[in-house]
Amino acid sequence: MSGLAMPKPDDATMRRRDEIVADMRIMVPGEGVVDAANAMRAFESDGLTAYRQLPLVVVLPQTVAQVSRVLKYCSDRNIRVVPRGSGTSLSGGALPLEDAVLLVMSRFNRILEIDFQNRVVVAQPGVTNLGITTAVEQEGFYYAPDPSSQIACSIGGNVAENSGGVHCLKYGLTANNVLGIEMVLMNGEVVRLGGSHLDAEGYDLLGVMTGSEGLLGVVTEVTVRILKKPETARALLIGFPTSEQAGQCVADIIGAGIIPGGMEMMDRPAIHAAEDFVQAGYPLDVEALLIVELDGPGVEVDHLIGLVEAIAFRNGSTTCRTSQSEQERLSFWAGRKAAFPAVGRISPDYYCMDGTIPRKELPRVLAGMRELSEKYGLGVANVFHAGDGNLHPLILYDANVPGELDKAESFGADILRLCVKVGGVLTGEHGVGVEKRDLMPEMFNQIDLDQQMRVKCAFDPNHLLNPGKVFPQLRRCAELGRMHVHRGQVAFPDIPRF
Amino acid sequence: MTTFVPTTAAEVLSTVAWAAAEDSPLEILGHGSKRGIGRPQQSEHTLDLSRLSGVMLYEPAELVLSAKAGTPLAEIESLLAENGQQLAFEPMDYGPLLGGEPARGTIGGALAANLSGPRRLKAGAARDHILGIAAVSGRGEAFKSGGRVVKNVTGYDLSKLMANSWGTLAVLTDVTFKVLPAAETEVTLAIRGLLDDHAAAAMALALGSSAEVSSAAHLPERVAARVAGGSLGSDAATLLRIEGFGPSVAYRIAALKDLLKNAGPLQEISGSVSYSVWRDVRDCAPFADGSERPVWRVSMAPSRGHQMVLALRMQAPVDAFYDWQGGLIWLRMQQDDPEAGLLRGLIRRHGGGHATLVRATPSHRAAVPVFEPQAPQLAALSARLKAEFDPKNILNPGRMAPGASSATLAPATEGGAQ
Repeated sequence: MSGLAMPKPDDATMRRRDEIVADMRIMVPGEGVVDAANAMRAFESDGLTAYRQLPLVVVLPQTVAQVSRVLKYCSDRNIRVVPRGSGTSLSGGALPLEDAVLLVMSRFNRILEIDFQNRVVVAQPGVTNLGITTAVEQEGFYYAPDPSSQIACSIGGNVAENSGGVHCLKYGLTANNVLGIEMVLMNGEVVRLGGSHLDAEGYDLLGVMTGSEGLLGVVTEVTVRILKKPETARALLIGFPTSEQAGQCVADIIGAGIIPGGMEMMDRPAIHAAEDFVQAGYPLDVEALLIVELDGPGVEVDHLIGLVEAIAFRNGSTTCRTSQSEQERLSFWAGRKAAFPAVGRISPDYYCMDGTIPRKELPRVLAGMRELSEKYGLGVANVFHAGDGNLHPLILYDANVPGELDKAESFGADILRLCVKVGGVLTGEHGVGVEKRDLMPEMFNQIDLDQQMRVKCAFDPNHLLNPGKVFPQLRRCAELGRMHVHRGQVAFPDIPRF
Repeated sequence: MTTFVPTTAAEVLSTVAWAAAEDSPLEILGHGSKRGIGRPQQSEHTLDLSRLSGVMLYEPAELVLSAKAGTPLAEIESLLAENGQQLAFEPMDYGPLLGGEPARGTIGGALAANLSGPRRLKAGAARDHILGIAAVSGRGEAFKSGGRVVKNVTGYDLSKLMANSWGTLAVLTDVTFKVLPAAETEVTLAIRGLLDDHAAAAMALALGSSAEVSSAAHLPERVAARVAGGSLGSDAATLLRIEGFGPSVAYRIAALKDLLKNAGPLQEISGSVSYSVWRDVRDCAPFADGSERPVWRVSMAPSRGHQMVLALRMQAPVDAFYDWQGGLIWLRMQQDDPEAGLLRGLIRRHGGGHATLVRATPSHRAAVPVFEPQAPQLAALSARLKAEFDPKNILNPGRMAPGASSATLAPATEGGAQ
């Protein structure tokens, strides 16, 4: 682990491990408790594999009552808990702690209700993202957010991370597609937010829970809205001599009032890696490649393809192909979808970043990345959710070369600083987790972070749930709670009038 | 009684810091267009944000707009319209319903009340479009959250937390919204003469098709006459709005007509009539009668709304109409009693949801919980959050839930605790 400070293990908890494991076996009988080191190995990291840690014990509850009991037990005894879905987080959100119970929600794997009248599905949190679509596709419906890990990632994890995907430009993120949840607070209380109705009452706690990275509560049920599948989808594959022209093409498409179902960009290294890997037929003599997917009724898609082709031509595209069959559309996507493994073939290791920038800053950020690439002596390939400005630079390194991981991480941190500098953010969809935790002050000052921690204090005042993630420095809630204003010491001792 | 009228975020900060130091509650106000919603307050002073105004950033190609919180919504909407864009969440205008002027209201108020409109089904509410905020908490701390980009999971989404908080957690100073292209064409298909249950079935059928219906409302007999200057006539009208590019709209309208050919007489409404029908549905114009008779805004699973209304009609005389495929029910009581207990009980028995008493006399608003009482654990969590952001209870105290003395949470007086 490269210099990442995690909360100091609690000695009292470590000493009582046997007793805690025994109690967990009573609360979650059957196969639900794993405490042997070799069996816990499977849980020692998530998708951010550079970090590994065995937990105190792994617990796999099956009922809401068990989750509630385990959390209350831990709360009463000051034992930390790390929740985990499928463990596909790319930011270390589910990284275990040595002294924490790892609460794995994978046995919550049932779809509870499918309601086509209201177009909602109620699922347990361990159901995979794709599992929801699978359950409703025979009726022509689907669940829109499609993170690339959708085969494996769980819907509960999607809520925790506010997952996106290539279709979120048009159809929104997880936060826009979840109508309700049931969750258990650290103190064991079960709370329901929203439901099958379209807006939840009171404060938007559902909005706060979505993307809270497992620090506020453990999701035990999710209600999502489903959509009717578009009649058709076709894609355009457009090559440009410069990334500036590709970026301007994206701006002009949106300027023309068109919101494509997906709009992806790849830079030269990514194009070449992908083409070498899957032979998607990508042009190799371009600096930037756009995939623009249009979906809807055939007549609409045909109409928009005409408009997009004209816009691409005006922006100096050197190649523009439109898919003539579903097979061809999928082949356009094959390279993009294989971009990560493709880069994995040309480099022993790669490190995937996730900043978002205002789209118009793309040329500046790409130029900055080239400079950084030279400075660090590491290659970088870029795939980019062009429509919404979400960049995924893939930094190429070799973990077996001493110091390269540290170099890659420094390179990545510099890229994210650059994103923030041009008006963007540290993470578009992968989450802060442990990975970007210490970069939070690049974006937020202490007062900003304090407000976020105050939300945490309302949910989990003793910082027992997933500590060490998101916040660079934990401040005690009692300390945060103090008011620092005193009569007579503010700017306006008399009533101010403006 | 003093009214503070800050023109900068720094002045908002010093006002709130002063109020916190003095333990002096503030009523937070934009244009006051929604002032009549919520429990009546007895705040000593008023913080009027109407001069904290101006668009700070608008980049059409980036689909983003930032404005100071007191910027008139109307100003923003016309700026967007000049560029063929819009706030896709179609914020409603409460003015006419509450006896005020139309087209008032600020962009900050739109977020604080989490406004939405008939396009809710497809496009969501203000909460789904807010990208970032700057605000001052009740502790007198200026903070920011979010940013100006659509995809952002950096830290907790405090911007969404401001949605539907009615000025009780923090005073917004700047807001940044995602904006979207306005549809090129809009056509509405009306099915005439349906009873509520048939309308619910027709709307479910239409929304379950690939016609991409963006709005679905049902105006029962007589209510239909109260929109678009009476141009629909008084027969019940079940309205389905299709928006998009011309060829696509024509195709989808044809598909819908085929799908619904046996549902009832069909009528195509386009142009300015379609526009004003949806504006009037959005603004609850049928009940904007200049009276103070109780009006409820009820949110339920779309297919259950009409069943609840039928059950309610057995026990209390009400006028009703439906938006959001039946999931948003506007109710006007024909008598003075809001019948809160009866209504909320029926909502629970029909699958759950919530009811907000958006219009009533001050005495009814003081006596009846205006916002849906929450289950005890959730109410306690909300109260803890309020206490974190506004420990001295100086921001719109008591507007959403009973005031400071009971912030540790008296269970609801009626209905809430199940």
